Amino acid sequence: MATAAHSGKNYLNEKSGLWSWLTSLDHKRIGIMYMISVMIFFAIGGTFAMLLRWELFGAGPTIMNAHQYNQTMTFHGAIMVFMVIIPGIPAFLGNFILPLHLGAKDVAFPRVNLMSWYCLMVGSAIAFWSLFYHGSDTGWTFYTPYSVTTQNGTIWLVFGAFIIGFSSILTGLNFIVTTHKLRAPGMSFWRMPLFVWALYSTALLQVLATPVLAITLLLLAMERLLGIGVFDPNLGGDPVLFQHFFWFYSHPAVYIMILPAMGVVSEIITAFSHKTIFGYKAIALSSVGIAAVSFFVWGHHMFVSGQSEIAGIIFSFITMLVGVPTAIKCFNWVATLYRGSVRFDSPLLFALGFLFLFTIGGVTGIILATVGIDVHFHDTYFVVAHFHYVMVGGTLMAIMGGIYYWFPKMFGKLVNEFWARLSFVFIFIGFNVTFFPQFVLGAMGMPRRYFDYLPEYEPLNRISSFGAWTIGVGFLIGLGVIIHGLLRGKPAGPNPWGAKTLEWTTASPPPHENFLVQPVVTAGPYEYR
Amino acid sequence: MASGGKHIIPFNVYIKVLLALLALTVVTVLVAQVHFGAFNTVIAMLIASIKAGLVLAIFMHLKYDDKLYVVWFGSAVFFLVVLWLFCWTDFYTRVFQGPIL
Amino acid sequence: MSTVSSSQHNNGHHHAHHFESAEAEYHASKFGTWTFLVTEILMFGGLFVGYILYHERYPQMFHAGSTFLDWRLGALNTVVLLFSSLTMALSIYYAQMNDKRKVLINLYITLACGFVFMIVKAFEYTSKFSHGLFPGKYFNPHEPHAIQLHQQFPDLAQYFSFYFTMTGLHGSHVLVGMGLIGWLIYRAHKGEFHSGYYTPVECVGLFWHLVDLIWIYLFPLLYLVG
Repeated sequence: MATAAHSGKNYLNEKSGLWSWLTSLDHKRIGIMYMISVMIFFAIGGTFAMLLRWELFGAGPTIMNAHQYNQTMTFHGAIMVFMVIIPGIPAFLGNFILPLHLGAKDVAFPRVNLMSWYCLMVGSAIAFWSLFYHGSDTGWTFYTPYSVTTQNGTIWLVFGAFIIGFSSILTGLNFIVTTHKLRAPGMSFWRMPLFVWALYSTALLQVLATPVLAITLLLLAMERLLGIGVFDPNLGGDPVLFQHFFWFYSHPAVYIMILPAMGVVSEIITAFSHKTIFGYKAIALSSVGIAAVSFFVWGHHMFVSGQSEIAGIIFSFITMLVGVPTAIKCFNWVATLYRGSVRFDSPLLFALGFLFLFTIGGVTGIILATVGIDVHFHDTYFVVAHFHYVMVGGTLMAIMGGIYYWFPKMFGKLVNEFWARLSFVFIFIGFNVTFFPQFVLGAMGMPRRYFDYLPEYEPLNRISSFGAWTIGVGFLIGLGVIIHGLLRGKPAGPNPWGAKTLEWTTASPPPHENFLVQPVVTAGPYEYR
Repeated sequence: MASGGKHIIPFNVYIKVLLALLALTVVTVLVAQVHFGAFNTVIAMLIASIKAGLVLAIFMHLKYDDKLYVVWFGSAVFFLVVLWLFCWTDFYTRVFQGPIL
Repeated sequence: MSTVSSSQHNNGHHHAHHFESAEAEYHASKFGTWTFLVTEILMFGGLFVGYILYHERYPQMFHAGSTFLDWRLGALNTVVLLFSSLTMALSIYYAQMNDKRKVLINLYITLACGFVFMIVKAFEYTSKFSHGLFPGKYFNPHEPHAIQLHQQFPDLAQYFSFYFTMTGLHGSHVLVGMGLIGWLIYRAHKGEFHSGYYTPVECVGLFWHLVDLIWIYLFPLLYLVG
């Protein structure tokens, strides 16, 4: 075994051929497969986003009619949520990094891990299959009764989301068991890197919440096929119950998207300030805290749905509590940067971008959590801006930062730092130009989900569309940076950033079983100074 | 030869548990014939929970296993109750506004 | 991996390379199974929550619906499943005792109980269908008593929607469980299970008990309380 490293064998070149990838049980290869598929889905969902902004460039129909707009919007949302952001960090970065962080050879159930990737592929194929049945125009939320009555391929999209749900569950299951059972000797819970804590909390959500989505979508399909009357008020059902069930999953799902992003940011900030993270336990526990609170707040999506006012007030109050653990994290990150030896490389730029954008997204979330204000803002562009600040400004920034941070580990090569920073500049500026005007538009009362708007909203929408295209350019530059790094990148060495977590102690790219010698942990993860 | 941590439950304990489960099934059926109004549901769920507890503790070895499983399984039940409780709160505090359709 | 030494106390079974011992693999498999059971609980739980909410909203309608179910068949199936749970548990017990023959006997009995359960279920379903008691929009009763109740409770179909969805989802789990037990029987015939290695028996067993557990709640909810 020991000769493997000296002969230059690693997980990338130990076997070759497409088939060896498609049947690989190596968590690193599966992680890379997730990376490629998520990037393709992101390109598709992103193209839809560009088309949406093109349509909204001017008042009146521009490039599509209302029906096409609804379908484009639905697919943009469904692809980005189910196929990009939810698998984005856990299944791609998490798959690659979690066992390395724990000092393990693989995840607990490698076959299940491969199966979860195939679930994503099959589920996505089924979801796209709906395009042959005139697509779907319900929005990614599939609200009843419209989703039951609309005559198109909604059922396929629902079925696809159902299968993708299994992918998410299986990933979560694997991570929970891996974290509990496969830690290296000496790796106590309080010595785990914060990314592991974040992934662990995410996995709890994936396992506890996703099954409820499964049964909800199953009931929705039955409602469409058999008219079972669980959600249809004409048959004695209650459409608000669908929203309860749906958001019981989908609110925790929002934290499935953001928690691992926070983990990535924790890693990057401590590595690039070259300083022990401030408040390790507070950050670790606030991850679990966010995960726990997320199950009690789903009703804030439903303030104007016909839900009772008492329930609304209770949900509103509990929602405010989410701000506490989130703020704990933000303050600790800032405190880590304070008096650190900060290196402004591209990963840290994205982490700082995260901090800035996520704070705006989070604080506007508190505004929306207030029942009285939400009645005004509900279903306006204020909400659109809010969740894009959290999901794009938060999660996608973290994914980009994570890619640049772990790229040397994944492929053993360095990216071109100048172009990587340039991609950040385009994405960051473009992002703010796109979505900040949408806060204003929302406050002015522009409703979301419509393909047209009143003429007075036109100037801000123009700005927003220009911003969207700037983001598009930024991501294209990012893609170029990754491809250039793969082809022409300089050799990285095991630890280009001088970081302290376990993955940097092995070769880049790592050998098949990650570590040639089983690491033994004797200290915490961030022993800088 | 039981390797460390694997507890073997004696044969007759399994038999006793089955007898208890069957007896509780009879009790459930008998109680359902008597009318306690809304309490019928409560009693039935209570008996079912006792039965479930027996299956979990003995048949599924939870009593002698890692306590982590108890916490983990319990959390599933807990979040289920959360789902029910909030839906119920909504359903029963809505102000009925008369037939809309 | 040619480390024979790491599998001292499990004559024959080689644990996967990324576990340090067979013991660690056993515990990981069991933890994974429990985690899977957690997802099952929450999936079925959604149905239960829906059922309980509507049952509270329309108590008389649900009572009327339950009069179409024969509690004796439900009770029979309860007994069958409880007994199968015992034999499932015993098959693990005999694996721990290294008694291959009794492992097989108990697995066969468990499988047979699964068959009995599904046959009883099939009888129940066909009798419902023959009276036009279909779920949802296909609900079309043609028996005077049922027609009268349907007039009294126009949404009566909803009860049957719940009945068929819940028992259908449960029944599909019984079928999956039977498939898994068939796989155990195949492996037990090859003599793969013994006191040092019986992880699959234990994990399938946990799944089978969960199926039983769900039925323990379904029976009173559907057949008795109504």
